[in-house]
Amino acid sequence: MTQTAKPSVQHPGLKPNKLGLTRRDYEGSQSTLCAGCGHDSITAAIIQAFFELDMPPHRVAKLSGIGCSSKTPTYFLSDAHGFNSLHGRMPSIATGANAANGTLSYIGISGDGDSLSIGFGQFSHAIRRNVNMLYMLENNGVYGLTKGQFSASADVGSKAKRGEANQMRPIDPASTALALGASFVARSFSGDKKQLLPLIKAGLTHRGFALVDVISPCVTFNDHEGSTKSYAHTRDHGHKVVETDFVPLLHEIQAEQNRESATAVTMHDGSVVRFKSVAEDYDPTDRDAAYAHLKKLQSCGEVATGLLFIDPTSMDLHEFENTVDESLVGLPFDQLCPGSAVLDDLQSRWR
Amino acid sequence: MQPTDASNPNYYHKVVDCQWGCPAHTPVPEYIRLIGQGRFTESYMLNRESNVFPGILGRTCDRPCEPVCRRVRVEDEPVAICRLKRVASDLRGDVTDLLPTVPEQKNGKRIALIGAGPASLTVANDLMPLGYGCVLFEKMDRPGGLMRTNIPSFRLPGSVLDDEIGMIVDMGVEVHYNHPIDSLKELLDEAEFDAVFIGTGAPRGKELSIPGREEGGSNIHIGIDWLESVHFEHIDSIGEQVLIIGVGNTAMDCCRTAKRIGGKNVRVVARKGRTHFKASPWELDDAEEELVEIVENHSPSRFVLENGQLVGVEFDIVEWAPDENGRLLSTKLDSTVIPCDDVILAIGQDNAFPWIERDIGIEFNEWEMPTVDRTTFQTTREGVFVGGDAAWGPENIIWAVEHGHQAAISIHALCEGDPIEERPSYGMNLVSQKMGLHSWSYGSAYDESGRSKMQHVELVERFKALEVEVELGFDAEQTAVEVARCLNCDVQTDFTSGLCIECDACIDVCPVYCLTMTANAEEEDLRLDLTAPAENTDQDLYVSANLPQTARVMVKDEDLCVHCGLCAERCPTAAWDMQKFELLIPYAGKPTWIETPETALTTS
Repeated sequence: MTQTAKPSVQHPGLKPNKLGLTRRDYEGSQSTLCAGCGHDSITAAIIQAFFELDMPPHRVAKLSGIGCSSKTPTYFLSDAHGFNSLHGRMPSIATGANAANGTLSYIGISGDGDSLSIGFGQFSHAIRRNVNMLYMLENNGVYGLTKGQFSASADVGSKAKRGEANQMRPIDPASTALALGASFVARSFSGDKKQLLPLIKAGLTHRGFALVDVISPCVTFNDHEGSTKSYAHTRDHGHKVVETDFVPLLHEIQAEQNRESATAVTMHDGSVVRFKSVAEDYDPTDRDAAYAHLKKLQSCGEVATGLLFIDPTSMDLHEFENTVDESLVGLPFDQLCPGSAVLDDLQSRWR
Repeated sequence: MQPTDASNPNYYHKVVDCQWGCPAHTPVPEYIRLIGQGRFTESYMLNRESNVFPGILGRTCDRPCEPVCRRVRVEDEPVAICRLKRVASDLRGDVTDLLPTVPEQKNGKRIALIGAGPASLTVANDLMPLGYGCVLFEKMDRPGGLMRTNIPSFRLPGSVLDDEIGMIVDMGVEVHYNHPIDSLKELLDEAEFDAVFIGTGAPRGKELSIPGREEGGSNIHIGIDWLESVHFEHIDSIGEQVLIIGVGNTAMDCCRTAKRIGGKNVRVVARKGRTHFKASPWELDDAEEELVEIVENHSPSRFVLENGQLVGVEFDIVEWAPDENGRLLSTKLDSTVIPCDDVILAIGQDNAFPWIERDIGIEFNEWEMPTVDRTTFQTTREGVFVGGDAAWGPENIIWAVEHGHQAAISIHALCEGDPIEERPSYGMNLVSQKMGLHSWSYGSAYDESGRSKMQHVELVERFKALEVEVELGFDAEQTAVEVARCLNCDVQTDFTSGLCIECDACIDVCPVYCLTMTANAEEEDLRLDLTAPAENTDQDLYVSANLPQTARVMVKDEDLCVHCGLCAERCPTAAWDMQKFELLIPYAGKPTWIETPETALTTS
């Protein structure tokens, strides 16, 4: 926890983005998490991503449940809409908000406890409905707020701070999401912003449910020797299966030189995600192969990272439901509530 | 890049821009903190150690520390360092018991000091406590040199001068007033002295040889001589219309003095445009506040006389443009006569050494200046030293003080039989400022306030008498604000690479994006590869040893760091720490480090 207020000064040489906003304009209040928490690093990457994508903060909704991870929406985009829900219930709130207003950008922040234990069902159904949102799962393998008990994502054999090893098999959010049919699955590490930043940007641009599972070490309860989610262990055992580069629509021409040997996937808005397979023959558009590769690495204690799977053509919630493009709040009242005559007419069609 | 060697005192010293910029290396942030704690006496004494005349300099210093203040790079206006120095001086208690003590038992060495200005007085200040006998020769009837005769008393009250000079003279300096030295040869031949220090300043004002100069003589004055005459009350009036030619700080003193002894319509006339003025901006502001008119781009061509009486000066109105070599050349556009009763020439000063014989082993250069070693301040004759304006022409008081310190080191080495070329080294102390989990022993919060404005005496009041001091000094509130504006650049961000777990916390929290973890590279490439490009090459990059997990390096751009300590506060392993840097400055007989078997062990 930091007590000194962050000075208001800015680096005079840094340029504002297209909206005339500086990176500082995308910040929130000062973090109260432990010093060195991976979550703070993810927060910084989120700030950077929104800044670089020139997204207006007031057109963003940030949602979370309960846990260390779920505190972090306070620390970015203080001008955005926000909802801090019950434990594990963030996906429901996000689904409801998105149904009522599909014109905002949705970012949900959750943790391994919030998503894989109490909110596992919620998590699954948000994937199933392909809710158009970026779902950040800040994964540290422990319950940090309650003093470091193992969470559902703790690996077999991983040691707690006091020495006992975990015996239960973990739930792996990435392979679970693949199995459930998620249209965008990525994994990264809070200590590798170079990889994390393009994934967040791609996830924000993806139409549909985008999961970014981020290994985010808990410095207080899970950064010791024997832990499989520490900074050192993740650095030693992380396997980049793809290198990803996110190229927004307008910048495509400048990025021309990276085109060689990279596979490009065009997103619905025309921006491009490029990736280069690092692992041999890895194809992130092939769900079955991605699943197999993930499991193979997992079985030898390695962690696959990068953009693991993407399907840019999937239907999202609004397409399934055939809803209006406009947000409900933006609809004229006579269309939103056309009156009892229309209701009578509708009912008479099923009589 | 090679990892930064922060054990070299120069590295962290350079981060403290004000201290690095000050010729005497006054520890500015430390004395400002003392003021903030109300410890004015301690602050004064800390100042006195390096700059010897805090009260005088707190009013008159040319402030080389202020333009380089980090605050200028961060938000434009520097901390009012000089004003704060005056606060320490004004509010201090009795320092008699804190001054250096002079031993009863002398060391038998006698040093002649010629000219009782800041340079000579500093030599005496440094040598008297070591047991030297210092003999001061001064041509006037009181000490101070140009500090007394050329700086008007409305800027520098005589009492402040008396007080601070007294601290040195009262150490037992043998002073001979009204005793000009007419022949250095004679002084040396008497062989009474082990060393001679010449601190006679640059006492000759430059002439302006244009038609009418001789005929108009009685109404045309040389600036520094005229100021001296006013000081000694030989002159107590001037005509109503006064022209000052030249636009340096002496011109500012002349015009403001003229305003006080009868000048009604006072103009300062400059050959070039405002951006080329030599006067400090604040001195220009003060003159203009007193309704002095400043005329630009007027080059004097002749003095206009009627019936043998000066009635004006004719000027070419000129325009300046650079030639192909970038040198400014003037083109005459027109000419004009500005009427006046008196003219004061303030176009520069020269040194003059008619009293130094040319055949006594002291080499003189083509400009009739003695050849003086830049490090030792010795002339080509062993045992004869020169410092202050006398060495290389007009500078300002703080330089004279530093010259005095260095000459004293040389004189002491000479008398001890040590080689004077070997200079004592600077040392440093680094002490962690951590007081607890989130508390530092310095005020790390960033204060957004703008620079405080000095309050002045009302115009009507200040013209009532020559010695009414114009600047009132900061009040308590202004002092408190100004102290908080200091960024504590001496509290250094010190990094221990072996402790780092590369969590990015410091990088993410830094308000000015000065930290980066990246693959090491050559400086040029590294500067572009940072979180924020390090474009100011005057400021160093702090590069760590390879980090334990990824073998990247931690790089800090020193340019805009506001020393808020957030990196250290967010660091889970205390790899970053805020450590107070204290520069240990060597003085005569006081090295910063004495090599003994024990100390050799602790430094290895």
